[in-house]
Amino acid sequence: MINPGGRLAGAVCALCARRPMSEVPDMGHPAPGLVAAMSGTALDPKTAPAFPIAAQAAMQDTQLRKNVRHATEVIRTKRARVVGEMPDWQELREAGKQIRQHTMEHLDFYLEQFEANCTKAGGVVHWAADADEARRIVIGLVKASGSDEVIKIKSMTTEEIQLNAGLKAAGIHAYETDLAELIIQLGQDRPSHIVVPALHKNRQQIREIFRREMNLPELGERPQDLADAARRFLREKFLRVKTGVSGANFLIAETGGVCIVESEGNGRMCLTLPETLITVAGIDKVLPRFEDLEVMLQLLPRSATGERMNPYNSIWNGVHAGDGPKTFHVVLMDNARTSVLADEEGRQTLNCIRCAACLNACPVYRQTGGHAYGSVYAGPIGAILTPQLQQMHHAQSLPYASSLCGACYEVCPVKINIPEVLIHLRSKVVEQKGMFDVEAAAMRAAAVVFRSERRFRAAQRLARAAESPLVGKDGWIGWLPGMLGGWTKVRDLKEIPKESFREWWEKRGRSE
Amino acid sequence: MFITCYNDTLFPETGMAVVRVLERLGHTVEFPAGQTCCGQMHYNTGYQAEALPLMERFVAQFKDAEAVVVPSSSCVAMMREHYPKMARGTGKAQLIAEVDALLLRVFEFSEFLTKRLGLEDVGAYYPHRVTYHASCHGLRNLGLGDGPLRLLKAVRGIDLVELEGVEQCCGFGGTFAVKNAEVSSAMLAEKTTAVLNTRAEACTACDNSCLMHIQGALHRQRTGVSTVHLAEILAGDEGGR
Repeated sequence: MINPGGRLAGAVCALCARRPMSEVPDMGHPAPGLVAAMSGTALDPKTAPAFPIAAQAAMQDTQLRKNVRHATEVIRTKRARVVGEMPDWQELREAGKQIRQHTMEHLDFYLEQFEANCTKAGGVVHWAADADEARRIVIGLVKASGSDEVIKIKSMTTEEIQLNAGLKAAGIHAYETDLAELIIQLGQDRPSHIVVPALHKNRQQIREIFRREMNLPELGERPQDLADAARRFLREKFLRVKTGVSGANFLIAETGGVCIVESEGNGRMCLTLPETLITVAGIDKVLPRFEDLEVMLQLLPRSATGERMNPYNSIWNGVHAGDGPKTFHVVLMDNARTSVLADEEGRQTLNCIRCAACLNACPVYRQTGGHAYGSVYAGPIGAILTPQLQQMHHAQSLPYASSLCGACYEVCPVKINIPEVLIHLRSKVVEQKGMFDVEAAAMRAAAVVFRSERRFRAAQRLARAAESPLVGKDGWIGWLPGMLGGWTKVRDLKEIPKESFREWWEKRGRSE
Repeated sequence: MFITCYNDTLFPETGMAVVRVLERLGHTVEFPAGQTCCGQMHYNTGYQAEALPLMERFVAQFKDAEAVVVPSSSCVAMMREHYPKMARGTGKAQLIAEVDALLLRVFEFSEFLTKRLGLEDVGAYYPHRVTYHASCHGLRNLGLGDGPLRLLKAVRGIDLVELEGVEQCCGFGGTFAVKNAEVSSAMLAEKTTAVLNTRAEACTACDNSCLMHIQGALHRQRTGVSTVHLAEILAGDEGGR
C-alpha cells in the first residue's frame, strides 16, 4: 500500500477500466501555483555532489530510508516469486543477453532498418546527436503541432535530457501522466528509481502533495482516494491536450514498430488520444525482430515489477487513418551511447532494458535511495551508465558506489556483469589521477611490497611497529588517521598479531 | 596452501586451523614462502596494471601444486573471475596456459572439503552457538551454496542458528569501507543487528575480510559476540584446541 508505482498504480487502472470516460467530471484548470510548482530541479551529473557526500545527506532522512527499504523489499519478494516459477529463467536470461549483444554488434544496421520501416509505416524519424539536439527537435515538433502543452508518458530518456525544463523554457507546458511521475512533478521532486520513480514517498506524503497541489483539502488517504484524485486530474488533460510525448521500451527494426509497457493505462491514453505523438528513444532501444519481444516481454515485467505480464502492452506502427495520432515522430538519440559502444569492456551497459531489478537488489541503493546517485539513472546500472554517458568527465565517484557484492549481476535479466564494468570504470578513473595522488601512490607502494617476499616480511613488521602507539590496552585500535579513519568511525580494528602465519610455520618446521 | 596476505598478517590462527584440519584428514600441507598477495585490492580498486605482476608471482609460486587451498572466498573469486582475462591481456601463451591449468586446482577452503574431497563431517567438535554469514564472493562468484552450512551441521556440539538476510552484503567491499564509510556503516548495522538477533556467541564465514568488518562493529559496541573463520570451527576437537 506504500508502493505508489505498484499497488496504487493498479488502483488507477482499475478505476479507469470500471468507469467510462464520459462520467469523469471536468477538473478545469490546474490549481493556482501548480504551474510554478512543476518546474522542479533536475538531477544533473555535471553538478551533482560526489556519491559519498550525497549519500550521507540522503541517509539522514529516516522516512526516505524506511520507504526505500519497504518498497524494494516488496518488489524483490514479488520478483523472486514470479522468477521462481519459470523453469527456463536462466535460458531466458541467456537468450536476452544474446539478443541484446547481437543487436549492439550490428546497431547501425538495425537502426537504419528501423528508420526505413518506420518511415514506410508513416512515421517520421529524426536523429539527435546529443541532448541539446533532441530537445530542439522535440520543441520544434511540438510547436509545429500547434500546441503549447504536451501530455507525457513516463520516460527516463526524456528525464536524461531534462526535456521538461527545455519545453518550459520554450513556453510549452508538460504534464506527466504516469502516476509516480505526476507525484514527482507536483512535489517538485526528482525520480529516485528507474521503474518506480516516487518509490521514496509513502502514501501519507503523496496525499499531502495532492492536497496541496490539486487544491483538495478534504482528500482521504486510502489508495483509492489518491488514485481517484489523480485520475480526475489527468483525465481532463488526456481529453484536452493534442500532443503527446513518450519514450520507448523497444524499437522493432523488422517492422518499424515501437513498444511501450506500463501498468496504469495512462500511457495508452497518451499513445492513442493526441493528434501528434513524439517518441524520444535512445539508439540502444532497438530490437531486431518482432519475435524478440517474446523473450523481452517475459524478462522485463518479471524483473521490473514482479508481474508475469504488464497490464498494458502497446505496440504501434506508424500512423493509421481514423485511428490514433495523425502524425508520429521518433527522435533517435545518441547522447554518448556510441562512445559507450566503442568501449569493448563497457558496452554491455547498453544491453540494459531498464527493469531496475538491480536497484531493488542493491544493498547500497537500499540505504541511500536514488537521489544520492545525482543522475536519473540510479543504483548499480546508474553507477555504470551515468559515468559512461558523461564520457568519464563527471560522476567519477559512482563506480566506487558499490561493495561489488554481485547481487545486481545475479538478478539482471540480460546478464550485464555490473561488477566487471564497475571495476573497468574504476581503472578509467585511476588513469585520470595525477602523479601526486595519495591513493595512487599508496597503491603503487603496496604493489612494490607484494612483489618481494623480503619486502612483504619487512612491511608486516613495520605495520606492527607503526600501529603500536594506536593500540589500546585491550589489544584493539579505535582510531586511525587520514583515509583509514573511515574505518574507525564505527568499527574497531584488532591489533596485528605478534606472529604472522609464515613466522609460525617456519618455527614449526624448525621444531619438527 | 595460499594463506593470502591479510590472513598471513592479521589472521594467522585461520592458517593454523587450515593446516590442522587438512593434516587431521591425512593430507600434506606445503607453504611456498615466496607467496604474498593475489592482487585483489589493486584490481578491484582500479589498479589493474599493479595487479598483473602479483598474478604472475602467484602462478610461479603454485604452478606445481597438486591443489591450492585458500581460506578466503574473495581471493579465489578474484583469481577465477579475473586471472584468465588478465593473462590474455598480456598475450603470453605460456602464462595463459599456466593460469588456465592452475585455476582448475585452486579451491576455497570449504569448497576443497565439500567438492574436491566430497566431505561433510571432518571430525570437528565445537560446543558453541554459531551463525553463518554467506560472504558475497563465495555465494555468488564461487557458488558455494550450502556447502559451508553442511560442514557446520556435521560439527558435533554446535548450535547453528540461521542468520536473517544471510545473503545480504555486510558492507565491507574492500576500499568501499573507507571510500563510502557512511553507506558501508549503514549496511554493517543491518548485518550486526541480524547477528545479535540470533543470540549467537560467534558469527562465522569463509572470508576473514567480512568477519574483520563485522567484528569491528561488534567490538566497538562491546556486544561480547565474536567472529571466527569457518576453518577454526572445523579445526576444533575434543582436546579443546
